[in-house]
Amino acid sequence: MPLLENGRLVADEWVRVADDAPVPDQPAILSLARLRSEDLAGRNAKLGLALDPATQPEEIAALLPRLSLITVTLPKSKDGRAFTQARALREHHGFTGEIRATGHVLPDQWRMLLRCGVSTVEVPEGADPAQWERSRRLVDIAYQPALGAAAPLGLLRRRLETV
Amino acid sequence: MNAISKPGLPAPSYPPHARTYRYDEVDREFLQERIAEFTGQIERRLRGELTEDEFKPLRLMNGLYLQLHAYMYRIAIPYGILNATQLRQLAMIARRWDRGFGHFTTRQNIQFNWTKLEDVPDIARALADVDMHAIQTSGNCIRNTTTDEYAGASPDEVVDPRIYAEIIRQWSTLHPEFTWLPRKFKIAISGAPHDRVALQVHDIAVQAKQNAAGEIGFEIWAGGGLGRTPILATRLRDWVPEEEFLAYLEAVLRVYNALGQRENIYKARIKILVRDLGEEFRQRVEQEFARLPKQRYRLDPEIVAQIAAHFAPPPFAALPDNPAGFAGMLAGNAEFAAWAGRSVRAHRQPGYASVTISLKPIGGIPGDASAEQMEAVAALAERHSFGEIRVSHVQNLVLPHVRQEDLPAVWQGLREAGLATPNIGLISDIIACPGMDYCALATARSIPVAQMISERFADLDRQHDIGECFINISGCINACGHHHVGHIGILGVDKRGAESYQITLGGSATNDAALGELVGPGFAYDQVTDAVETILRTHLAHRRPGERFIDTYRRIGLAPFKEALYAAA
Repeated sequence: MPLLENGRLVADEWVRVADDAPVPDQPAILSLARLRSEDLAGRNAKLGLALDPATQPEEIAALLPRLSLITVTLPKSKDGRAFTQARALREHHGFTGEIRATGHVLPDQWRMLLRCGVSTVEVPEGADPAQWERSRRLVDIAYQPALGAAAPLGLLRRRLETV
Repeated sequence: MNAISKPGLPAPSYPPHARTYRYDEVDREFLQERIAEFTGQIERRLRGELTEDEFKPLRLMNGLYLQLHAYMYRIAIPYGILNATQLRQLAMIARRWDRGFGHFTTRQNIQFNWTKLEDVPDIARALADVDMHAIQTSGNCIRNTTTDEYAGASPDEVVDPRIYAEIIRQWSTLHPEFTWLPRKFKIAISGAPHDRVALQVHDIAVQAKQNAAGEIGFEIWAGGGLGRTPILATRLRDWVPEEEFLAYLEAVLRVYNALGQRENIYKARIKILVRDLGEEFRQRVEQEFARLPKQRYRLDPEIVAQIAAHFAPPPFAALPDNPAGFAGMLAGNAEFAAWAGRSVRAHRQPGYASVTISLKPIGGIPGDASAEQMEAVAALAERHSFGEIRVSHVQNLVLPHVRQEDLPAVWQGLREAGLATPNIGLISDIIACPGMDYCALATARSIPVAQMISERFADLDRQHDIGECFINISGCINACGHHHVGHIGILGVDKRGAESYQITLGGSATNDAALGELVGPGFAYDQVTDAVETILRTHLAHRRPGERFIDTYRRIGLAPFKEALYAAA
């Protein structure tokens, strides 16, 4: 799937590894079960986790120092658990690696995912990055504190973001 | 609206009393951006770039709901407060894009039942012209926060709930994290000891309070709701300090968004999570609250002060209570006295009163108002209530600040508009959902049942004799008519192809909140009115002096009603 970051499509250095496939010596995204069961002590290449929507970030807290990437998933566009997962990873666990949104993500959700701490999104084949960017920029006023750098606008946010 | 002052000229003076929250340029720009976004979404849907499944949540969170015959457009009236200009604009919309009337709802909103999809962007712009919108009036997001229709006017008010309702409105508007919740989410706030907002049946209920030191804080409840599994709310915290108010709301919503059920729509409301987790729910909220970065979510007292300024009291005159013009009319005109007895309510300011306007004429559709009636109310508000109007959660309107000496004139004006039915709090002041006349979910008619009951008890002397009694009617198990908390609750269901109406007794949505008890097997459509009459006769036969229906019911229990209803069978 094409990967969108900062308004353009970028190369994806990561591979998703099925639970029964060998772990390659390159940046690899594994399931939680695989990460827990596999002996990865001698590994040098970067590790990523495919976080299930039902898993709470505190359950993976011990693994976080080893992870460079976490994917959060919207099984359907209306299933918004990923928003809270991303925010908890940043806010409670101080995760600074890449958080990638996957699954059924609409361009209309991209702005909000960014404000919850997501950094990249997998978009459908043939998606037009310009359309995603337009959609993101359509509303540039927000009324509540959130993550990410943004100009402070709106009454509540103007005050709260400057804290 | 806000003209820029020129050098050398005195600064423009704005009335400190803004009626509603006064938009600034940022707020207006935001509405325009949101309209552009939704217009684009409609176009993408029409071009097939969005599937109906993808489009549905987007249109819902912009207030557009698909009913039986047409789209319904539900417009937000934040915490039920309108100014006269806004009400006139709603009348214009009713006339131009609907069939000349609108329907006020139990969430203090208004909905138009005959909206065309292609008209929506134009209606949205007409709303934005008067600082209104339809954002988050439907969908699985935080809906319009409701509050006391007598806020800022009621003698028993401790904290003005409008200030915090507006803070919640801004905070929840396109909240990045809580716009894709498991299910809809409704917050109510009260600032008075007497609950006029049905706190206990809300996803989050906020009781604003003041402590001995004069500080403001909030008692927070969660997990109330009606629908097919009615549950009263659970208290989470007795006191959340003002500065931590938003942080605490964030914590509750996070736990819900992470753990709420998503597979089964009937188990997705927060009430199910609160019920299933019990004490663990509260602990999880506390844990989340404890680790939130408090500075980021701090509610700055300066912000509160700024927003409070929007709700400064209107410029009241120093007036005596019970002026001659009012007292004389009360003594000399029985019709006026009967109306005043139901519709006029004490005000915190001497010489003033709040007037409740019944949208429940005998035989009418509860909550409906014609464009002409909206304009008449707007004119009366301008003349007699500082241009301010409220919508109540029982689907009536309120003129909050009327001079007592003006009450006869207000009554006359309401009579001319067909809005002076003296039935507030009586059995024809019925809450009813749209039912099968409009709604795709309904399994039975609701409005015609309300009309039949209202006509049966058309004699207002008889209504007065029966006394305070709330009848709530829902046309399906989703309970939009709040039947569980009606003194008499009526639920229409489909029973093998025929409408059947189940009756519950003893429900209440105020401080003594309770869910009604089922009286027995259901009644056919043409038997419901007789059943209600039997219930009320039983009440009259048993009641002690001064007892309301609910008091009698609580004293004697279900048995005498059951016997009267089913004895013949």
